[in-house]
Amino acid sequence: MNIIQKLEQEQIAKQTEGKEIPEFGAGDTLRVGVKVKEGTRERVQEFEGVCIARSNKGISSNFTVRKISYGEGVERVFPLYGNVVEKITVIRRGKVRRAKLYYLRNLRGKSARIAEKRDFRK
Amino acid sequence: MRTGLIAKKIGMTRIFNDAGMHVPVTVLQLDNCQVIAQRTEEKDGYTALQLGVGTAKVKRVSKAMRGHFAKAEVEPKRKVTEFRVSADALVEVGSELTADHFLVGQKVDVVATSKGKGFAGAMKRHNFGGLRASHGVSISHRSHGSTGQCQDPGRVFKGKKMAGHMGDARTTVQNLEVVEARSDEGLILVRGGVPGSKEGWVLISDAVKKALPKGVPMPAAFRAPNKVEEAVTDAAPADEMTEAADAPQVAADDATTDKE
Repeated sequence: MNIIQKLEQEQIAKQTEGKEIPEFGAGDTLRVGVKVKEGTRERVQEFEGVCIARSNKGISSNFTVRKISYGEGVERVFPLYGNVVEKITVIRRGKVRRAKLYYLRNLRGKSARIAEKRDFRK
Repeated sequence: MRTGLIAKKIGMTRIFNDAGMHVPVTVLQLDNCQVIAQRTEEKDGYTALQLGVGTAKVKRVSKAMRGHFAKAEVEPKRKVTEFRVSADALVEVGSELTADHFLVGQKVDVVATSKGKGFAGAMKRHNFGGLRASHGVSISHRSHGSTGQCQDPGRVFKGKKMAGHMGDARTTVQNLEVVEARSDEGLILVRGGVPGSKEGWVLISDAVKKALPKGVPMPAAFRAPNKVEEAVTDAAPADEMTEAADAPQVAADDATTDKE
């Protein structure tokens, strides 16, 4: 293991302490607890949507969640090991044939649905 | 003025600090960075420390340099550089400098050779705007345009920014913050980017434009040379400890390399 990988492993271990990151990928519907700071108070806001992309690159790993909010598509990119992400819950496993679901950006309504994966095993 | 260090650029990563903020860092590694020679006022007319880093194959080192390394009782080094220091910051020859030479939060200047870009046009090399994409411009969309006036002066001024070789030059980045310094692993993490490619040599020194923070090790953070003496075997490290104890420095331990 080279030095960079070792440093990143350390960081990942530090960042995931007391935190569980579920197994998930593109197509899954996630509920992400996002830490929001309002003045001095800190609270957790939930962002629920479809994970349309996940990039695995050590400590810099991230994932993109897309939802339709008041008729407008909203996407957020979260760092997988960042402190902003308080909790990730998988609500639904989606059955998809792509790693990146960018095609969903051009789809609305019925056609933007994703079939549920029934045979998910951990 | 303290000495700087020679380190190897390992690469970049990010770390999350205690506040949860992400900090982009460049990882620099000290690879057996030792003092090879001292330059003194009476002998050389200036004071400096010559440092060497890395390990070179003996057969690839010239005979002259082999003698130079033998005199310092260090293994042959890949990279040798001098750092100007003040007379009170001279460090004993053979000492191995350690990463805690720099304090966390301290600002440092980093010197390295930037990545070569070859023969680059004026747009890439000097951020020129180039010519228009249309309106009659033909073939010269990325050219530099006019280079001067008319018959008077009738020549192009010296120093005119033009296309030419870019990169592969000594580049200094000032005031990079030290995010972490691990002396046991010899790693220094500085915030932001450092010029040059991975595995390249970089020179790190105290920032010239910032005051030196309180508590920096003077003259330097180092492990004293672990001289192998024939008569003394077990007592040798203990002797060095007392010898080295008068200066604020990292205690000598068995990690120092064996000398031939």
